[in-house]
Amino acid sequence: MLQSRMNRRYFLNRAVLIASTGAALIGIIMLFWILGDVAIRGMSVMNWDFFTALPAPPGEEESGLANAIVGTLLMTVAAALMAIPIGLMTGIYLAEFGKTNLFGRLIRSLSDILVSAPSIVVGVFVYLVMVKTMGHFSGWAGAVSLAILMLPVVIRTTEEMLNLVPGEMRESALALGAPYWHMMVQVVLRSAKNGMITGIMLSVARVAGETAPLLFTAMNSPYWMESMNEPMANLTVTLFNYAMSPYDDWQQLAWGAAFLITISVLVVTILTRLLLAGRSKH
Amino acid sequence: MNQTEEKPEVKIAVRDLNFYYGDKQALFGNTLDIMANKVTAFIGPSGCGKSTHIRCYNRMFSLYKGHRSEGEISFDGWNIVDPEVPELELRKRIGMIFQKPTPFPMTVYDNIAYGLKLHGNYSKSELDGRVEKALQDGALWNEVKDSLHKPGTALSGGQQQRLCIARAVAVQPEVILMDEPCSALDPIATAKIEELIDELKKDYTIVIVTHSMQQAARVSDTTAFFYMGKLIEHGSTHEMFTKPKNQQTEDYITGRFG
Repeated sequence: MLQSRMNRRYFLNRAVLIASTGAALIGIIMLFWILGDVAIRGMSVMNWDFFTALPAPPGEEESGLANAIVGTLLMTVAAALMAIPIGLMTGIYLAEFGKTNLFGRLIRSLSDILVSAPSIVVGVFVYLVMVKTMGHFSGWAGAVSLAILMLPVVIRTTEEMLNLVPGEMRESALALGAPYWHMMVQVVLRSAKNGMITGIMLSVARVAGETAPLLFTAMNSPYWMESMNEPMANLTVTLFNYAMSPYDDWQQLAWGAAFLITISVLVVTILTRLLLAGRSKH
Repeated sequence: MNQTEEKPEVKIAVRDLNFYYGDKQALFGNTLDIMANKVTAFIGPSGCGKSTHIRCYNRMFSLYKGHRSEGEISFDGWNIVDPEVPELELRKRIGMIFQKPTPFPMTVYDNIAYGLKLHGNYSKSELDGRVEKALQDGALWNEVKDSLHKPGTALSGGQQQRLCIARAVAVQPEVILMDEPCSALDPIATAKIEELIDELKKDYTIVIVTHSMQQAARVSDTTAFFYMGKLIEHGSTHEMFTKPKNQQTEDYITGRFG
């Protein structure tokens, strides 16, 4: 009786182990398949022109995505500059002052809804608010829509990281006679800094690959931008357009764009990890 | 500020102290004197109000909504219960050590300098001197003098707690409150802290909350026994542990409950 029950447990243990390992393998294989495919096809179009030349009509030799690379960078940076300060402040408010009050709860729920809002909805919203009123697509509109997508991620991680700082840490600083703001800036934010950097990087990575919101806001452009107040080339919309095109060389460029986006996200993630690992070792 | 002279030996005089967590009353009419340059130990079962009581001395509770104290806690002419008391100055004069060591996320040096910079403008060399003095007072100097610029979190648990004591001592308080300072430490680290408490009482008035009756017996001059928010008995440690006046005290220290 006992023996058979033990056998059953042993068998179950093995079965669950095999099943979960199998599931993990399937996930990893898919991931590397995608990465590998993108890498192999994307690398083959990587050349000097890809980074320096403007998109050319199909069939022409010197064709690249220089303007799209710069456009994506500009809009992502502009979005980060808008979203990070607001997100950090909001996160700090929620963790420190708005834990239980009505306003805090309202902001927290809204931010949670925003996290799961489909990015295309954000794109349409910015289209109505900015593009319609201004009368033209623009890099600014693109940046704003990306910023809206970043915002809830920054808010959420900031709040969570601040909540991880133990209450005793705050009390210790206050017990030395520190004013509340001093304790916040010098002790609590410092403790939560690494986590908050991770949150910001994650939010950048999240928007770097967004296409839908840019489709309605920045649109795309085959030319160099003179300012952010005009339709602006970017990697994701270019990737979308070129991948759907019937021209073989455009499709090649789309693979290149896909590769570049993937690598950038990967590099940002790895750099963040290295940075944090290096810090915490001290 | 009204600098009335008190009786020389009484540092803090508590009269009819009540405390409320919202609607729930946690302290009931506590009355006792904390003597200068003595170690006073607060003992009692969990939830008896001993931590709540000392958190009234530096108004730590004011951080939380709905927490309030009433009654009188006289300290050098101030009534600490009065919300008008300048909290930052009060906390400079009445320091606190917590249960878990809480080194700030900065170097050993900066941990100590944190409080110093809050309360004064020191030149680099003055600051160096004061940091060293504080670390010596915290019995930590010899162990960290070569690693002042390593993070405080890299120290062992016992060293971290002595760092916190040195940090509190650095701002030259008059009273040091310790809320179960050894409960996260091993016996050797605990012994070091207890030795340190013995040293510190020459210069400071110390109030220590402890779960360990042996610790209370070892380090304190006076002991106060709390039960369900009431101060049951208060007197010399020696007397409390040899011939307690109250039956509840006796039951507690002989381990019959709590």
